[in-house]
Amino acid sequence: MAPLLELRNLSTHYVSQRGTRVVKAVDGVSLALDAGETLGVVGESGSGKSTLALSILRLLPTAAANAGGEILFDGEDLLKKSAEEMRRIRGKRIAMILQDPMASLNPLFTVGDQVGEGLRVHEGTTKRRAWERATELLRAVRITAPETRVGEYPHQMSGGMRQRIVGAMAIACEPQLLIADEPTTSLDLTIQAQYLALLRDLQRDHGLGLIFITHNLGIVAKMCDRVAVMYGGRLVEFGPVRKIFDAPRHPYTRALLESIPRFGDSRQRLTAIGGQPPDLSALPLGCSFHPRCPDAVDQCRAEAPPETGVDAGHVSRCWVAPR
Amino acid sequence: MTTLLEAVDLSKHFAVRRGLFSSSHAAVRAVDGVSFTIEAGKTLGIVGESGCGKTTTAKLVLGLEVPTGGTMRFEGTDLAALDTAGRRRYRRSVQAVFQDPFASLNPRMRVREIIAEPLITHERLEKAEVRKRIEALLDRTGLPSKAADLFPHEFSGGQRQRIAIARSLALSPSLVVLDEPVSALDVSIRAQILNLLRDLQSELGLAYLFIAHDLAAVAHMSHTIAVMYLGRIVEIGAASTVATAPRHPYTKALFAAALPSHPDEKREDIVLTGEVPSPLSPPSGCHFHPRCPSVMDRCRSEEPKLRQIDAVHAACHLYE
Repeated sequence: MAPLLELRNLSTHYVSQRGTRVVKAVDGVSLALDAGETLGVVGESGSGKSTLALSILRLLPTAAANAGGEILFDGEDLLKKSAEEMRRIRGKRIAMILQDPMASLNPLFTVGDQVGEGLRVHEGTTKRRAWERATELLRAVRITAPETRVGEYPHQMSGGMRQRIVGAMAIACEPQLLIADEPTTSLDLTIQAQYLALLRDLQRDHGLGLIFITHNLGIVAKMCDRVAVMYGGRLVEFGPVRKIFDAPRHPYTRALLESIPRFGDSRQRLTAIGGQPPDLSALPLGCSFHPRCPDAVDQCRAEAPPETGVDAGHVSRCWVAPR
Repeated sequence: MTTLLEAVDLSKHFAVRRGLFSSSHAAVRAVDGVSFTIEAGKTLGIVGESGCGKTTTAKLVLGLEVPTGGTMRFEGTDLAALDTAGRRRYRRSVQAVFQDPFASLNPRMRVREIIAEPLITHERLEKAEVRKRIEALLDRTGLPSKAADLFPHEFSGGQRQRIAIARSLALSPSLVVLDEPVSALDVSIRAQILNLLRDLQSELGLAYLFIAHDLAAVAHMSHTIAVMYLGRIVEIGAASTVATAPRHPYTKALFAAALPSHPDEKREDIVLTGEVPSPLSPPSGCHFHPRCPSVMDRCRSEEPKLRQIDAVHAACHLYE
C-alpha cells in the first residue's frame, strides 16, 4: 500500500528580496506517513518544522519558494497542483490546527458559521444543514450544551473549548490528513490531556493520518507512531517511536532525550547540550549539529552527512554513528 | 534546617466590579488561606493550572502585592511590621527571575548596567568594586566577561536568562523566586539553565520558590512541592512523594496528565472532565468537587482542611 503522505527530498528556501540571501528552512527532507498513523515532527525554534507543515499545505509566505522535491499525497504530487486544486484539498482532504486557537477563529462570526463553513464551501451543504452538522461536530469534540454553544462567539469560550472548536472545524469535511502545529502549548495540563485523548479518538474513528509538529518529546512519546527529528532545516533522524526512544542514533536525538528531567530520576544534574540552536541564515558548514556535538570529527565539519538506513524505516544523518 | 520564609494563612483577594456601571463588588480569592514554609537553601515548587494562584503567591512573596489576610515571616520577623529600612532589606534578600528574558531585560541598557542597577540602588560602591562584582557574576552564570558591554538583543534566549539570573544574584539574596524560568527557552537549552540554577543553589545556599507547569522539571528541582487549585493548597509534601505517590485526587489527575518520557511509560489514565471553574464563583465546599472522580456528598458543602495523610499533607475528605 502506498503511504498516505510521502515527502521526497523536499526543500523549501526563503529568499531575500534581492535574491542574495537564501535561508534553507527545509533542506532535503524525505519521510512517509500511512493512513491512520501519527507522525511527530520534533525540533526547536528555527529547525524548520513549521515551514515543513506550511510547505505540505502550500501556504508558504511569498518570500518562500519550493526548491525541489515532491510531496506525494495519496499518490499525487501536491507541488504540481494548481492554486484552485489546492484550494479544494485544503480543509477538505488535508486540515490543519494551529497553536493559538484565538488566531484561527474569526471573532465576528458564530461558532456554528465557522465550523460549518468548510461544509458549505467544499460540499455545497445548505446553511441549515451545515448548522446542524456543526452542532453534531461540537458534540463530537465533547463541548457541553452544543445546541447553545453553536450560536455563541469565540470570546465566550475558554481556551480549551476554542481549541476543541478549531478541532471540530478541522474534521468537519472528514479529511484524510490532519496537521497539528503545537496544538496544546497554550493549554493547561489537564485540558491538554483531554485534548490529546480527543484527537486520538477522532483519529481512530476516522482513520486520520495525523502529523504533530511539536518541541515536546512527551507528546511524541504519548501520541506518535513515528518520529522525525529536525535540526537546522534537515531531518537528522526518522523512525518508529520506540526505536528512537530506546536506541536513538543521532547524537542530537540522544542528547535531547537525555536532557529532559524525568519522574523518579535521582540525577542531580541533567545532561545538558552545550551551545545554542543554530541560526538558519548562518548554518555551520557540514553537519549543522557539529559545533554542539560531543562526537564530532573532522569530516562532520566539512561535509553534511547523507541519510543512512539504520534498519527498516529508521534513518539517520550522521558520519560517526551511521549504523 | 532553618526556616527562611513562613507564610501562615496567606490570602490575597481582589475586588472586581460586577458590571461596567455597577457599584457592587465581588472578590476574586486569588490566594485563599495558604500556609507554607521555605527552608534556607531548599526549593519549594508550586504547581497548578492557570488561575490557581501560583503567580499571585509569588508576587506576595516578592512584596509586589500586599496580602489581604494572613502573615508572612522572614527569618522570624513579621513582614507587615517592618519599617521602610526593614522592607528595603527584605527586598534585597528576595529576588526574582521571570519567564520571558526578552521582556524582563531593558533593551536600551547594556548588560553591565542591567546587572549593576540593583547594586547602585542598594549599595554605595566604588566603580572599580562594581566592575569586579559584575565580572564575578557573569563568570558565575557562565557568561563571557565581554558580555558586559553588549545589549540584550545580542544574546540568545538561554544567555538572556543567564543575564537575568546574574542580575537576581547581584545583591546576594537568600531567596530567589523563579517564575517559569525555562518555559520560554528552547528544549536543548533548558537543561543548561536548570543545571546552572542547581549549581548556584548548592554553591550559594540559595532558597528557591520555583513555579512551573512542567511537572517533571518541578519534581527535579524541588525539595517540597505544593499543589494549588483555585487559590488553595490541596496537597503539600516532599517532592518525591507528591510526584510519585500523591494522595489528593487533583494531584493524581494532574500528575497523570503529565506527558510520559518514554512511549512505554504508562500512566494511570485519569482524564478529568470539565475545566477549572472561574475563581469569581468557586464551587462550594471542596473547590475540586465538580471535577473529582471520587466526590462524596460532604465534599459539596464542607471545605476539607489540610491534614497529614501518610507522608504528605492533603486537603481531602477521602482520608478521614
